[in-house]
Amino acid sequence: MNFRVLKKARVVISLIFFLLITFIFIDFTNAFSGSNIRSVLYFQFIPSLISFIGLATIAASGFILIALLSLVFGRIYCSSLCPLGTLQDIIHWSKQKFGRKKVPKKQKPFSFVRYSILLLSVLLVLLGLITPLLFLDPYSNYGRIIANLFRPVFLLLNNLGALTLESMDIYTLYRVEPGITNLFSILFSIALFFLITWLSVKYARLFCNTLCPVGTLLGLLSRISVFKISLDKSVCTSCGKCSAVCKAGCIDVKSREVAFDRCVGCLNCLTACPTNGVVFGYKKTNQQEVIKPFDPQRRNLLAGALVVGSSLAASPLMAASQMGGDKRCKSPQDVIKNYPVSPPGAVSLDHFNDACTACHLCVSACPTHVIKPSLLEYGLAGIMQPRLNYHTNYCNFDCVVCSEVCPTGALRPLSLEEKHVLQLGKVKFIKHNCIVYIKETDCGACSEHCPTKAVKMRPYKKKLFLPIVEPNICVGCGACEYACPTDPKSIFVDGNPVHLIAEKPIIEELEQPDTTEDFPF
Amino acid sequence: MKRRDFLFKGLGAGILAGSGVSMNGFSRLMGNPAAPEDGDIDLVAIKGTSPADMFDEGIDAYGGISKFVKPGQSVVVKPNIGWDAVPERAANTNPELIGRIVKRCYEAGASSVSVFDNTCDEWKKCYENSGIESEVNDAGGTIIPGNSESYYKDVKVGEGKTLTETKVHELILNSDVFINVPVLKSHSSAKLTIAMKNLMGVVWDRRWWHKNDLHQCIADYTTFRKPDLNIVDAYRVMKRNGPRGVSNEDVILLDSMVISTDIVAADAAATKLFGLEPEDIPYIVIADEMGIGTMDLSKLNIKRIKM
Repeated sequence: MNFRVLKKARVVISLIFFLLITFIFIDFTNAFSGSNIRSVLYFQFIPSLISFIGLATIAASGFILIALLSLVFGRIYCSSLCPLGTLQDIIHWSKQKFGRKKVPKKQKPFSFVRYSILLLSVLLVLLGLITPLLFLDPYSNYGRIIANLFRPVFLLLNNLGALTLESMDIYTLYRVEPGITNLFSILFSIALFFLITWLSVKYARLFCNTLCPVGTLLGLLSRISVFKISLDKSVCTSCGKCSAVCKAGCIDVKSREVAFDRCVGCLNCLTACPTNGVVFGYKKTNQQEVIKPFDPQRRNLLAGALVVGSSLAASPLMAASQMGGDKRCKSPQDVIKNYPVSPPGAVSLDHFNDACTACHLCVSACPTHVIKPSLLEYGLAGIMQPRLNYHTNYCNFDCVVCSEVCPTGALRPLSLEEKHVLQLGKVKFIKHNCIVYIKETDCGACSEHCPTKAVKMRPYKKKLFLPIVEPNICVGCGACEYACPTDPKSIFVDGNPVHLIAEKPIIEELEQPDTTEDFPF
Repeated sequence: MKRRDFLFKGLGAGILAGSGVSMNGFSRLMGNPAAPEDGDIDLVAIKGTSPADMFDEGIDAYGGISKFVKPGQSVVVKPNIGWDAVPERAANTNPELIGRIVKRCYEAGASSVSVFDNTCDEWKKCYENSGIESEVNDAGGTIIPGNSESYYKDVKVGEGKTLTETKVHELILNSDVFINVPVLKSHSSAKLTIAMKNLMGVVWDRRWWHKNDLHQCIADYTTFRKPDLNIVDAYRVMKRNGPRGVSNEDVILLDSMVISTDIVAADAAATKLFGLEPEDIPYIVIADEMGIGTMDLSKLNIKRIKM
């Protein structure tokens, strides 16, 4: 096999996925359909796994394929499919190309760290707490980095382009208001981006072998994979050229051993060897020399389990904070939201909070930008999971984009017919804040925007009209809350902890007029 | 540079054109309180089955589009495109009507015809699903976004009682001719939305109006820049649940249209078509009292056409 071609293929495939995923997070025109987006994200391990647990459909089988591939070839996901991995490769490559060329620092196995993180993640997720994945899933982290850091830059460039074209009376581009997502989410993305940059400049792919639970899990699988990278002891001169380009630092030149569980499959070593001594091929796993170096790691695995065990004691605390964390709006008046409004398709807070990894794809895809990452609305355990923020905008009645793009199944796909009667929350009216009540002038902005007329205007005092609400037919879109001009709001939507079916508005037939009559003036 | 020049020139021309029309209306009001027999027409009302053809018929009776659009002038057409709704819902101005107006403006020699609205629902969906974007493009016009605050410039509303300053879309400031094309609808806040209410779509901050005596603000804004022509689409009419509407069942076929340079008269006539009296609509009464136009239709020279 020509290893050069193999390595090139890896780079090309990883760049294709990287660019496609980057595009769907940057795009503000909804250029890709929901099914196209889900195809692009088919191989994303954690979303696919969560989706499979929730739905058990073929559409969510990507993670099984990845696992099988890992059992045959090693960590293909890390080498070619993970966007965060490719981002690290690009940063590392840029540093090598444009900065001072430096051999990546030697990486220790950090087995204790990585196995602890993996076990903790697995156990907490089994207990129904997705929080570790919120912070550690590589795909979701990449999504947030793009949505929070690169998308605004892209929108700015778009707006500059639009301005330039508009001055020539060309309106093919249009300006877009970037809109801040959420400070915590942005700060976390900045911190992670700097960490990734620093690690990849210094060590190449250390993140993937320490903090990333997916990397560690697939590493365990690749321990017993059929094909492995190894050094051919008959030709290896221990020159060290392979380990100098190794992104995972997993080649021990002295003992001529490769810790394949830490290999991220960059294939650099294959092309670096002057004697063709690095081999990617069938290797028996039960050879003593392969297992022996891992002995200390086994101990770490056990130690990790202990740490996890003890920290599990803390998990009920987290869960408690999740349950008790329902936001109570601290405005001077009475706007009390018992529950945040979760996006359409979320089914219930329980379902949504258990399955969302806060990748921010729905945040990016939402045409009205009403979907924003939460802070503590879902409690600490659900930090950054998106909610509908009716101060930004409202949920378009004839739109189901978010439910179509969600890769984890936290939002289940909806048809427009389903969406039209889906009740995300219920309207509540606070008369004492209302302009009509306070100033005795007409307003009615809430009723104007209501798609089901769950907010109507009733005669009030002399010639005025005051809102009256009918929560049964309210879909909780938040149009009334958004449009309300008072501060604090006089009308708002309190989220439903379980999404309900709204009653359909009763429609009476209208009498058609006789248009042949004369003008009334 | 070019942009700023354009803005100043446009603003100058706009003020000239606007004041020309309002002076005209004013003198007519003062000089001729009774309806003149053969003088200029104040308002044309049309009944027919095609909004686009009704416009052609009506504007001919008014003296033709070239009375309003001179060769080389830039035109802005402001329909109601407030909602993500198909034409059958009558939540937005009829798309064929907008297409025909754009076409006629170009035939009169307009240098450019631009169409926009500051929509309520997401603007791309409104532009597309209303059918207006494609009609404008087909007619050679330019559909322009109104979604970003950066398109809106601070202006003073000198004669406003409550609304004394606001932010107006630059197209309104830059264009020589301003054609207002509302759709007649029921309206939960203002009872009816017609020509004056449609101008809420050329400003950025509507909430302020809602917060500070909506009816007065609607009347006040009209003193800033009156449209040179108002064409009220009353072909399909949302009879209840406006301005957004809940379903097609909210719509009746009224097969009508009102054209007038007097925005208050246009609103008054459309109100009667709807089945209400102008006195019932507070902002029409206020505008009449402020001398913005006349709601007493008996004082006007009205041409009635049945196609």
